[in-house]
Amino acid sequence: MNLHEYQAAEIFASHGIHTNPGSVASTAAEAMALAQPASGPVVVKAQVLTGGRGKAGGVKLARTPEETRDAASTILGLDIREHIVRKVLVAPAVDIAQEIYLGVTLDRARRQNVVMASAEGGVDIEEVARDRPERIVRALVDPFLGFHAWQARQIGFALGLAAERVAGFATIARQLYDTYLSEDATLAEINPLVLTGNGDWLALDAKMTIDDNALFRHPGFESLRDLDAEDPTEFNARQSGISFVKLGGDIGCIVNGAGLAMATMDAVMLHGGEPANFLDVGGGASADQVAKAFSLVTADPNVRAILINIFGGITRGDVVAQGITEALQRVAVPVPIVVRLSGTNAEEGRRILSEAGLTASESMDEAAARAVRAAHAA
Amino acid sequence: MSILVDRDTRVLVQGITGREGSFHTEQMVEYGTNVVSGVTPGGKGKSVAGAPVFDTVADAVAETAPNVAIIFVPARFAPDAIYEAIDNDLPLVVCITEGIPVADMVPVYAHAQNRGTRLLGPNCPGLITPGAAKVGIMPGFIHTLGPVGVVSRSGTLTYEVVDALSRAGTGQSTAVGIGGDPVIGTSFVDVLGLFEADPATDAIVMIGEIGGNDEETAARFIQDHVTKPVVGFIAGQTAPPGKRMGHAGAIISGGSGTAAEKMAALEAAGVRVVDRPSAVPGAIQAALRTS
Repeated sequence: MNLHEYQAAEIFASHGIHTNPGSVASTAAEAMALAQPASGPVVVKAQVLTGGRGKAGGVKLARTPEETRDAASTILGLDIREHIVRKVLVAPAVDIAQEIYLGVTLDRARRQNVVMASAEGGVDIEEVARDRPERIVRALVDPFLGFHAWQARQIGFALGLAAERVAGFATIARQLYDTYLSEDATLAEINPLVLTGNGDWLALDAKMTIDDNALFRHPGFESLRDLDAEDPTEFNARQSGISFVKLGGDIGCIVNGAGLAMATMDAVMLHGGEPANFLDVGGGASADQVAKAFSLVTADPNVRAILINIFGGITRGDVVAQGITEALQRVAVPVPIVVRLSGTNAEEGRRILSEAGLTASESMDEAAARAVRAAHAA
Repeated sequence: MSILVDRDTRVLVQGITGREGSFHTEQMVEYGTNVVSGVTPGGKGKSVAGAPVFDTVADAVAETAPNVAIIFVPARFAPDAIYEAIDNDLPLVVCITEGIPVADMVPVYAHAQNRGTRLLGPNCPGLITPGAAKVGIMPGFIHTLGPVGVVSRSGTLTYEVVDALSRAGTGQSTAVGIGGDPVIGTSFVDVLGLFEADPATDAIVMIGEIGGNDEETAARFIQDHVTKPVVGFIAGQTAPPGKRMGHAGAIISGGSGTAAEKMAALEAAGVRVVDRPSAVPGAIQAALRTS
């Protein structure tokens, strides 16, 4: 689960990290009210769950309340990489002496957490990693001993920070690691972490991604989920325990198993079509689950055919077939359906489907080809 | 011969009296696997499919001498179950459980490495040596004994490929599901090394997917250490960046972990990469003919 800057900043602050105090506004008028003349120039920042805000014009300096209102007006409603801006953060403008990148994430290859920093703050870190990897300093964290103070200091010295600034930096690095660990983040980033003109450290941005598998032990986090930023079908799917990702094509997919579901999307592409979604219906392809899956897939008006691919192991093909025919009595599906059934009792299942007037294939490739033809004929 | 599990395998089921544990214990026993005992705290005296249940792994080990543990414990308790199995020196621990927080798995992985325990999973279907031992949830009947080692991050996609191989008359030595999470106990490289050393395995099928760089690491290993032919399939050519595709580990982050990159890395290492599961048997048979 991705958090907005203002949400991550609050969490960082609760762990002792100095963040730039700001407030969230949903309208230009609210933004203007936040920028009182007494508090000096402000920065208006789009709150969207994607990067590249600056480049897209989503971050603006404003010297007066009127400029703040105008900046907010321009930024609200902006489409940044397919995310619509619905909120802006209004925060004091800061006198920046130096910008640092600081982040904590999982180094998958080593199966260890890693703290990374770079003196190239404020820049897309992926660009630095790709073009100037030697500019990133990394410290692997011992899974039992944690992130040591000496490691944090070592990073600070390696960044070339002035000696009297290292201790302050090291403290923030350890606070960020503690935040990452205790909040079950898969990513916690401050980019940029700035040294102000006064010599103070300040987090000018905040980014956190939370491990979905850990949400059960952070009951407050679910309320942080930005439902406006999410496709409503993906939300509904999650409520039903179905994995669903919306894509741009016109062939809806319903499959049992994530790997097989991805391979099915690929098969659609290889046969000249475009998948409308990823959907893993999981182990129990009951009438209920299948009906839910149909509802999710048909919610997309672009869908012109549906491909169901079930490999039954424990799941029996005849039971799945019954589930499908029953589900069709509950949910209106206005597009052609092609079913591929393989595995346990698949032959019996395909017979049941054919009798119900559905196209049933034994081969995944054949089913994909048929689904593509059906979508193009529609 | 096979790798990791065979006729001498003696299985302990942790979480045996739960719904998943009891169902799959029955399935494993039906397949002919030697399930010697199970553990559920408070379950002492019960029996599932003929296997006696104990309160602790230590009791089960003392009484029944298992050499493999399979874990069907819910996500919030599974790390603890893995630690218990490691502490009792079980050489192979197979964790089926999906949904374990990655923060929990980081120390579990490190501890298993330190103690020399081979951990398979989590979020995996287990492993099977056809006709000898099924330690997992896969449908046994689609597997036939033969010369092809199969290693995969998936569940049903693995079955799809195994079924295609069996129908084509090309059986499997052992089929291993390494799991779909970002931190897993056994990687592609680990299993490839075992297959390379196994006299009964003549060729290897590797089934990967988007996310992480285990396939790329495997490609380098294959280049340097694997002489047997390898056929690869990578799921997720059409996956969009930044979205988790079901498996916690199946996500393209920061532009890396794409199917295209993995396929290219494997091809550069001499792996025969196919673009659909149905093409695997043909590629394997061609490889077996020329090797």
